[in-house]
Amino acid sequence: MSKLYYTEDHEWLSVDGDTATVGISTYAAGQLGDVVFVELPEVGKTVKKGEDIAVVESVKSASEIYAPVSGQITAANAALEDAPETVNEDAQGAGWFFKMTISDAAELSGLMDEAAYAEFTKE
Amino acid sequence: MLSGHEMQNDGLKRTPLASLMESLGGKMVPFAGYAMPVQFADGILKEHKWTRANCGLFDVSHMGQAFVIGPDHETTAKALEALMPGDFVGLKPGQQRYSLLLTDEGGIMDDLMVTRSIHPHFEGWLMLVVNAAFKGVDFAQIASRLPEGVRLEAAPDRALIAVQGPKTAEVLAPHCEDSCDMVFMQSKASKIGGIDCHISRSGYTGEDGFEISVKSEYANDLARLLLKNKLVKPIGLGARDSLRLEAGLCLSGHDFDETRTPVEASLSWAIPKVRREAGGFPGATRILRELSEGTTQKRVGIKPLGRAPAREGTQVHLDGVYVGEITSGGFGPTFGGPVAMGYVRADLAVPGTKLELMVRAKAHPAEVVKLPFVPQNYYRG
Repeated sequence: MSKLYYTEDHEWLSVDGDTATVGISTYAAGQLGDVVFVELPEVGKTVKKGEDIAVVESVKSASEIYAPVSGQITAANAALEDAPETVNEDAQGAGWFFKMTISDAAELSGLMDEAAYAEFTKE
Repeated sequence: MLSGHEMQNDGLKRTPLASLMESLGGKMVPFAGYAMPVQFADGILKEHKWTRANCGLFDVSHMGQAFVIGPDHETTAKALEALMPGDFVGLKPGQQRYSLLLTDEGGIMDDLMVTRSIHPHFEGWLMLVVNAAFKGVDFAQIASRLPEGVRLEAAPDRALIAVQGPKTAEVLAPHCEDSCDMVFMQSKASKIGGIDCHISRSGYTGEDGFEISVKSEYANDLARLLLKNKLVKPIGLGARDSLRLEAGLCLSGHDFDETRTPVEASLSWAIPKVRREAGGFPGATRILRELSEGTTQKRVGIKPLGRAPAREGTQVHLDGVYVGEITSGGFGPTFGGPVAMGYVRADLAVPGTKLELMVRAKAHPAEVVKLPFVPQNYYRG
């Protein structure tokens, strides 16, 4: 059973054991507007929590994607290269960015759950 | 009655249309000291495409409008010719020109539209529309340099509405008291829906369209009247920027500034023959020399060959060596890919030249292309 976490940078992580699938939140995708380009991390890359490892660009601007936890990239969603609009259509599903292993589960404790994130994004 | 633009608590000014734009779903952001809609619910991509296919309505009331007023056309025109390289003496009644306000060194302070009224009653008047970000300095510069007998009157009591896109003439036709059937860069004073307006067939999207100057107190009535037509949607500054970039049009302060001359900025077309022969505009010695001898850098269109957009400030390299910089870059919704423009070494300013764009410290292939990215669709009769 996977558990959903959010970061203050508006990324979501679906954690299953010691692996996580990562993307940007539906809220973030809405704020960003039409996504026209996604640059994904290299598979196999070891990343540290907070490191900028990917980029998402809308018509207007480019935003960094940070590693939400430390670990190793195990997969990248290549479908986004040809269909970046998937991020707007299904941010927390088919619009996932990458999968990674989690090297330090303790880092998850600083993240928000669904309710906390809903509060965080309340205007 | 509202005179000028009200300031709100956050220190941002509001145009006469700000509340209407907000009520239509405009996402307001600070721009040049104003709260302006950057986009509406549809988003930039759809707004951009709507404008290229139908009619987009833009609140551009933040732009600076002014009249330069002298005793007769020639006197007023000559006063402005001392500040800009345009042929204003040769402007016929109702004609509009794009021109450049120059520093004494020939650098570009701003770009602007200069219009001669078609009506004999306004003989000796030229109307200016300048960029919002520079209206204060522009008007101060112009006012301080006008000769005795010619004065500048800013018109903060006027709003400006741009309606742009191939269906615009069709939208306006039923409301124009006398015909709105002028050609690109012509203007007239007329009534739309009974409201007195200065209408010019111009804009900054590359599409056919009109800019309508109206007294602030009638701006809402006019905008609401036009928005009743299903072909018209309100469009934000985000799409305005992507539309003008695809059309190869410069953004003042970005694609040129006081450090760039018209020749470097590839705007030599705005210096007509009569002015090249006679000179007499600021920086003329340098600009005329550059016209014959060239410059070290030139503004060009640059097409990233991959999918990654290259934003303003991106370095342009050739074989690993710096040769220039992107000044406007993003995604072209109609073009269907990333688009950019910027300055490169003049010998590289040739369509087809392969370059590299340093996006996030990686070299991405790109090529110099002829502007615009999307064909201009002006109505020339």
